[in-house]
Amino acid sequence: MGLSDHPLAQIVQGGEPWMTTRLDFLVNWSRANSLWPMPFGTACCAIEFMAAAANKYDLARFGMERMSFSPRQADVLICAGRVPFKLAPVLRRIWQQMMQPKWAISMGACASTGGMFDNYAVVQGIDTIMPVDVYVPGCPPRPEGLIYGIMLLQKKIMAERASDTSLRQEMEPDPKSQLYIPPTAIDELSEPFGNSVHQTRSGL
Amino acid sequence: MNSSAPFTPVIAGSAAAGSAPATPKNVSHRGGPESPTAGALRERFGAAVKRVDVVWGETTIVVDSRRLSEVVSWLHDEPAQRYDFLVDVTAVEFRDAELPIEVVWHVRSLPFRRFLRLKVLIEKGQKLEVPSVWATYKSADWLERECYDMFGITFAGHPDLRRILMWEQYREGYPLRKDFPLRGRFSRSEQLRQALSANPEARYSMDELSIAQAFEDLPDEMRRRLSEGEKTGE
Repeated sequence: MGLSDHPLAQIVQGGEPWMTTRLDFLVNWSRANSLWPMPFGTACCAIEFMAAAANKYDLARFGMERMSFSPRQADVLICAGRVPFKLAPVLRRIWQQMMQPKWAISMGACASTGGMFDNYAVVQGIDTIMPVDVYVPGCPPRPEGLIYGIMLLQKKIMAERASDTSLRQEMEPDPKSQLYIPPTAIDELSEPFGNSVHQTRSGL
Repeated sequence: MNSSAPFTPVIAGSAAAGSAPATPKNVSHRGGPESPTAGALRERFGAAVKRVDVVWGETTIVVDSRRLSEVVSWLHDEPAQRYDFLVDVTAVEFRDAELPIEVVWHVRSLPFRRFLRLKVLIEKGQKLEVPSVWATYKSADWLERECYDMFGITFAGHPDLRRILMWEQYREGYPLRKDFPLRGRFSRSEQLRQALSANPEARYSMDELSIAQAFEDLPDEMRRRLSEGEKTGE
């Protein structure tokens, strides 16, 4: 996109400076460039996240320098690390406490799939407890990987339409089972894969 | 709690006259000199000391479960032993179903620079219960809770034996036992349903939530500073 046809740059030369743009674009642009992260770091991914936030990789370039340790003032939840079942209601509560508009990044293999922890204690992917926008693979992902994920999220935000109300619908878990997707889908998402299929210990 | 008693630090090796700490060399896997504590225990408790092994230079003593509390408090209080630090409480279950489950205590004597491993064997079919050493070592509180949580071993005399790692409503059993499947007993959706229906704030006892009671147990000096408005952790 050249500078002259950039929607923000259509300023009439001379006279009173004014411009025209789409409201969607303006709102999305401001949202995408001031994402305040809610860091939910539980393991080694959080160390890489800290590296991404520190001076060398400098998340401030993306308007993310303000870590929001209160979910009420956060825009994007970054789940960095494995989530044990005991922590699942805590993560769910924090996600519910965040105000719309909100997004979620699942950082690393454990948060996305359970990773190598295919055992009795670890949630097999946080998408079984809350909706996720971007999955960042890696064990742990390098800061470049996380930044690429953040840029993908910014791209996704830029494509949003204010008229599409489904984007801002709050996830409502089933009041009885507290699950927000059907149990069969959870079992399918949590199925073992890769090397963990060949392990013999669970049958013992 | 007597908070006015002067605090005297334990200096490592202070009671072991003239022996400088040294890295042991050429330690054999089995055998070798046993800890002087083993002989003292045999003399004092006789048949309650069932077996003494020396593995990699460390002495393991298998004791009778019924006299464990006595042995532990003697090790702690006897001026010639002074085992003042409980390092760990854990258990071992073997794949061989014939072998007994072992409950293991690691104790260390800081003044003498000695290490001792105590074991109690629970034969198959027997009740998984051993006496608690909480009366002697207060640090046994969480260690025994963890051992109970992971192996289902009951520590008789523990003041508050609850699960500590898994949530208290956890119903799948004891994860580190050999008959426990690695992925747990329930389906993933059922595990998630049970985990999500737990109220995270309902897991703590009133004692844990009450800082008022903890305040009474603080040393006088710290109570004075806190009552003047000083914040902790800063």
